[in-house]
Amino acid sequence: MKILVAVKRVADYNVKVRAKSDNTGPDLANVKMAINPFCEIAVEEAVRLKEKGIATEIVVVSIGPQAAQEQVRTALALGADRGILITTDTDLESLAVAKCLKAVCDNENPDIVLLGKQAIDGDNNHTGQMLGALTGWAQATFASELNIDGDSATVVREVDAGLQTIQIKLPAIVTADLRLNEPRYASLPNIMKAKKKTIDSTTPADLGVDVAPRTTLLKAEPPAERQAGIKVEDVAELVDKLKNEAKVIS
Amino acid sequence: MSILVIAEHDNNEIKGATLNAVAAAQAIGSDVDILVAGANCSAAADAAAKIAGINKVLVADNAAYEFMLAENVAPLVAELAANYGHVLVAATTNGKNVIPRVGALLDVQPISDISAVISEDTFQRPFYAGNIVATVQSSDSIKVMTVRTTAFDPVAEEGGSATIEAVSAVHDAGVSEYKGEEVAKSDRPELTAADVIVSGGRGMQNGENFELLYKVADKLGAAVGASRAAVDAGFVPNEMQVGQTGKIVAPGLYIAVGISGAIQHLAGMKDSKVIVAINKDEDAPIFQVADYGLVADLFKALPELDAAL
Repeated sequence: MKILVAVKRVADYNVKVRAKSDNTGPDLANVKMAINPFCEIAVEEAVRLKEKGIATEIVVVSIGPQAAQEQVRTALALGADRGILITTDTDLESLAVAKCLKAVCDNENPDIVLLGKQAIDGDNNHTGQMLGALTGWAQATFASELNIDGDSATVVREVDAGLQTIQIKLPAIVTADLRLNEPRYASLPNIMKAKKKTIDSTTPADLGVDVAPRTTLLKAEPPAERQAGIKVEDVAELVDKLKNEAKVIS
Repeated sequence: MSILVIAEHDNNEIKGATLNAVAAAQAIGSDVDILVAGANCSAAADAAAKIAGINKVLVADNAAYEFMLAENVAPLVAELAANYGHVLVAATTNGKNVIPRVGALLDVQPISDISAVISEDTFQRPFYAGNIVATVQSSDSIKVMTVRTTAFDPVAEEGGSATIEAVSAVHDAGVSEYKGEEVAKSDRPELTAADVIVSGGRGMQNGENFELLYKVADKLGAAVGASRAAVDAGFVPNEMQVGQTGKIVAPGLYIAVGISGAIQHLAGMKDSKVIVAINKDEDAPIFQVADYGLVADLFKALPELDAAL
């Protein structure tokens, strides 16, 4: 069974990214970049499936600047077998990303595509579902448990009401939620080994994908700031303030 | 062009989030229809027809739509979308699951989590964990969007008298099947609908200690939430998580207890009207967004709060 995992290069989750002072976009100058946390969970799940003897090959793909090669290498160090880097200097919309991934699916014929449910920069939560539409495959989003059984998979999904279980036919798209697993740290020997693994480079144009944007970012502004609050001395003062000043309890 | 809102429902009742999505639709234009896709869902359709300001309710009543499986519902919505300029749904897990699939079927770039309507093709949405607000203009002929429910006041549940029209189209992709659901039963209000929320974090130390929060919550008629750390540690189930990728809430009063205030948590609650933080670490980032901060041991403060209410 072949697994394709998509990973995105994003600003590290500890960084509070701010708008540029001219409000044209996020200010990413000198910001530490990393693999999107949800994508890392997707990679870990693929590696676990390989360790269980279910997956035979893990191909990792990323779309982004040349520097996104670092995130592909990270995935290779975690246990993926080879990489594909689709280079582009523009920030692609999720529709264009899904089309690129569809082209990779056509070439690679994976049984499962694992993705993060959401990238923490764009916060869109689109790509897996859109790839599902383009391939016509089943989708299991927000997965917290994945069990493969022959040509189908049972997936537990984190939904608003609790946990939902669905069964999907393979090939299928699975997007990882936080509780799917806890990703490992890459060991030094595996980091060294990853340097020898192959990364094929291509472009959206080579894949025949039209990436013309459909939306325009007119402005990127900081949100309204909250007024600084006060510290209260004890519970009695807190209750008094909530009753008589904020008037939010009675 | 008219606007189509996909209803969030359980086949019997319309969920509150639908009313926020309708409000967003009405900020775009006045001609708003609702799609109720489900199975044996005529009660939900009747309820949708009563929502204020709705023109028409489309009902797709078929076993294939019972559990809102995206593979079946997305082609239905994509087919109906040909008659509309906009398709909206509340940014619930159902909405987020279905709408991008609709977008790709229509060759349209969806827009997630709109928080304001600027014009019929221009919208605001938060990204980067709510640290930046983007103003985005769409050039697609059909605009496909999810709505951040906390950003739009709900329309009235009653007062309308829309016509109900059956949709016969059946799309059953046959690739996915609903097997079951594990839903915690609670008498407390739902997180996304509560006026008051009491949330616990890693500082609660274990699931049993959440009892302290439940006691306070019940005095306040509050819902109980949690930070990611508390859910990851297994103290409480996933549906209680408030944050960037969990539930987005904006109650009148949010009480954060033993929560440090990571960027990801703040993204889910910083639009609350009044924020209270109780934490023993006076440097915890949660205090930067709190209107009232109490530096205290929560195991002392919570019983005191319980007694004082």
